Amino acid sequence: MSVERALEGAGTFLDDRLHAARGVRVLLRKVFPDHWSFLLGEIILYSFIILLLTGTFLTLWFQPSMTDVIYHGSYIPLRGVRMSEAYASTLNISFDVRGGLLIRQIHHWAADLFMAAIMAHMIRVFFTGAYRKPREINWLIGIVLFTLGMFEGLFGYSLPDDLLSGAGLRITEGILQSLPIVGTYLAFFLFGGPFPGHLIIPRLYILHVLVIPGLILALVTVHLFLMFHQKHTQMPGKGRTNTNVVGAPMYPYFMAKTGAFFFFTFAALALAATFTQINPIWLYGPYNPVAMSAGSQPDFYMGALEGSLRMFPAWQWVMFGHTWAFNVFVPALLPLGIVFGGAAIWPFLEQWITGDRSEHHLNDRPRNAPTRTALGIAMITFYGVLWAEGANDIIANHLDIPLYTTTWIARVAWLVAPILAYIITKRICLGLQRKDRHLLEHGVETGIIRQLPGGEFIEETRPVDEEALAVLTSRTLPPPPPALEAAEGEVPPPGMRGALGKVRERLYNVVTESIPLPDSHGNGHGNGHTLEAVGADEHDQPSLPAGSGQSDGGNQH
Amino acid sequence: MSWITARRRHPAAGYLVVAFVLVLIGTAYAVITGGSASASSPVSANSAQIAQGRNLFLEDCATCHGMFAQGVSGQAPGLIGVGAAAVDFQVSTGRMPAAKLGAENPRKPPRLTPSQTRAVAAYIQSLGGGPPIPSAAQVSTYGANVGLGQQLFVANCAACHNFVGAGGTLTDGKYAPALTQSTPTQIYEAMLTGPEAMPVFNDLTVTPQEKRDIIAYVTQVRALPNPGGFSLGRIGPVTEGLVAFLGLLFFMVLAALWITAKHGKAHE
Repeated sequence: MSVERALEGAGTFLDDRLHAARGVRVLLRKVFPDHWSFLLGEIILYSFIILLLTGTFLTLWFQPSMTDVIYHGSYIPLRGVRMSEAYASTLNISFDVRGGLLIRQIHHWAADLFMAAIMAHMIRVFFTGAYRKPREINWLIGIVLFTLGMFEGLFGYSLPDDLLSGAGLRITEGILQSLPIVGTYLAFFLFGGPFPGHLIIPRLYILHVLVIPGLILALVTVHLFLMFHQKHTQMPGKGRTNTNVVGAPMYPYFMAKTGAFFFFTFAALALAATFTQINPIWLYGPYNPVAMSAGSQPDFYMGALEGSLRMFPAWQWVMFGHTWAFNVFVPALLPLGIVFGGAAIWPFLEQWITGDRSEHHLNDRPRNAPTRTALGIAMITFYGVLWAEGANDIIANHLDIPLYTTTWIARVAWLVAPILAYIITKRICLGLQRKDRHLLEHGVETGIIRQLPGGEFIEETRPVDEEALAVLTSRTLPPPPPALEAAEGEVPPPGMRGALGKVRERLYNVVTESIPLPDSHGNGHGNGHTLEAVGADEHDQPSLPAGSGQSDGGNQH
Repeated sequence: MSWITARRRHPAAGYLVVAFVLVLIGTAYAVITGGSASASSPVSANSAQIAQGRNLFLEDCATCHGMFAQGVSGQAPGLIGVGAAAVDFQVSTGRMPAAKLGAENPRKPPRLTPSQTRAVAAYIQSLGGGPPIPSAAQVSTYGANVGLGQQLFVANCAACHNFVGAGGTLTDGKYAPALTQSTPTQIYEAMLTGPEAMPVFNDLTVTPQEKRDIIAYVTQVRALPNPGGFSLGRIGPVTEGLVAFLGLLFFMVLAALWITAKHGKAHE
């Protein structure tokens, strides 16, 4: 009792001064929909928090300096070797700082998980159409965060000044230099002179520990605030509409779950760091500009860039007194430009094609947007080919494939495989739609075969239950553009005229291609399995979940 | 002396003196300069061993390399002058006799015993010299500088063999093999003779002392513990990325599925 009174006293004290009770109450009663894929974004947030904590620990010992020192630490094989202070201090963290290697490995694994989870989260948002209005801005912020994460990771990978770091920096320099006209200057400014110089590590350090994490933190805050303000999307289901949010309130359900999930993330990273070695810099040795190891790869989130560089033919021309290094700047900018640029443009392109300007809070099932899903898989395939090509020497070595064969496979596959992936995915989606339609029309097969008195055998089916029905019928198509409805002789509206209008009409037909749902008004089936019958049969379904149906203010529109 | 005095004006005396002095100078020259190479070779080739080697060569090697080790165009190189070191490397690593013609001959259990290998090596050495098999002292890593060895390995070898000698790929189906099983003698011989696609690192490029440092690094890095846990093959970030995706992300997805699963009536 005294504890309760003490809490009450503290609460009153705070509320009298901050007037926060009302805001906190709204916060605690905020409803979050539940689906496993909604936790992918939380993996990113929690790995980021762990990155900040472990990174802070590492800064206490790391020396961002390229001053030459002779190593005298406890890693015997490198004793007496000349190296940069950055590399020596990383060795020191790994071998002489208590818990240093563990924290370093947690930091690196967390960076890998951070980027992997960004990819998974982005894929989830894309395939469920969760980027649609009103969430386009958050989608764009996400793409910027992905890009920032790539740079943050690259710079972190470069800091220890080991052999791999230097190789990564050399490629960074090469890509900068390949930019037409300004490239040489940019590389010169970044490195403060010829490669590698003595400035790059301190410069990357301040970018890595202050500037980029600050930007990421700011954008993550905006990202979460927008998500909170616009409310989370939800998966289709019984009682879930475009104007409500069905789920459990923040307190206690969501807080307990998300808190547990943080500990899962930390546990996974701690386990990985305890049992699996990552980036053994002492084996790579200090950076030496004339040395290079076989199997020098970037961390995986840079793999696609590496692959496109490896794949591209060695085209380099001298024109107008300048060297145009197409062999570097085209593969460095074009493929990732297609992926990120395409992802950024797509929500707006889709709106223009479909003319659908309405808000969407209910997620699409991937099969119900066959073209979007197929495009997404095509992009993933495109990225995946480049990614695999980035590891082509490892693949060649371990699978006994000649190196140039892997390069030629990639050169063909980056064009052909996405097209095949598009066609196959679209067919699969339409096939799944047919299956859905079949379920709605004929019900679920029970496996019971009944013999009628007349000797006829019939197969028994039962109607789909309410929950499944809500999922199956969640599909909505945008209204057709006016020109498609325009009767003969009518003049189409301005937006649909001319070449651009023709293109839009054609794209509309591609994007909205789908198998129509069975007509729910029962004209012509008459087989007892129409939708009315399905809906009427369901009386034994569980009622709405406790705590659900709270529409969270009810002001979605 | 009267015997010499009596014949000192014999017509052949002048020629004899010249011949005697030439032999003397020649012998002295041989002793001072050239003798050490053959004298330091541990392969004390005698005619019996060479004869045994020749028989083995005719059985196992001559099909491709020719009856007189002269080589067969388009099939196998001539072996005259390659030296005993090359033979010992190829045969003791099992690369020769080759199972088939290919871009690269893989390491496999040797077909010949060590003494048979030395016999074939002695036979090839007798055909035209070349680098001999290094002595135990030459490949000893006692007192070698492992740290310098790592630097030298990274600068000269890692570009193909990877930073710990885990191997790497080359063009046209060739590859730089993993050095996890190579003996010090084999590593020394490989540097000396440059087998397959490997360049020769002669004693001017990499001094004998540096060769011993490199051997020390290659052989000792294998036993170096992995303080960070499972090594993931020590082949760079590719396997780390696989673990991040297939291990970490997969585990987190399972955790998310478990956390959001509807547990009976508790949630409903």
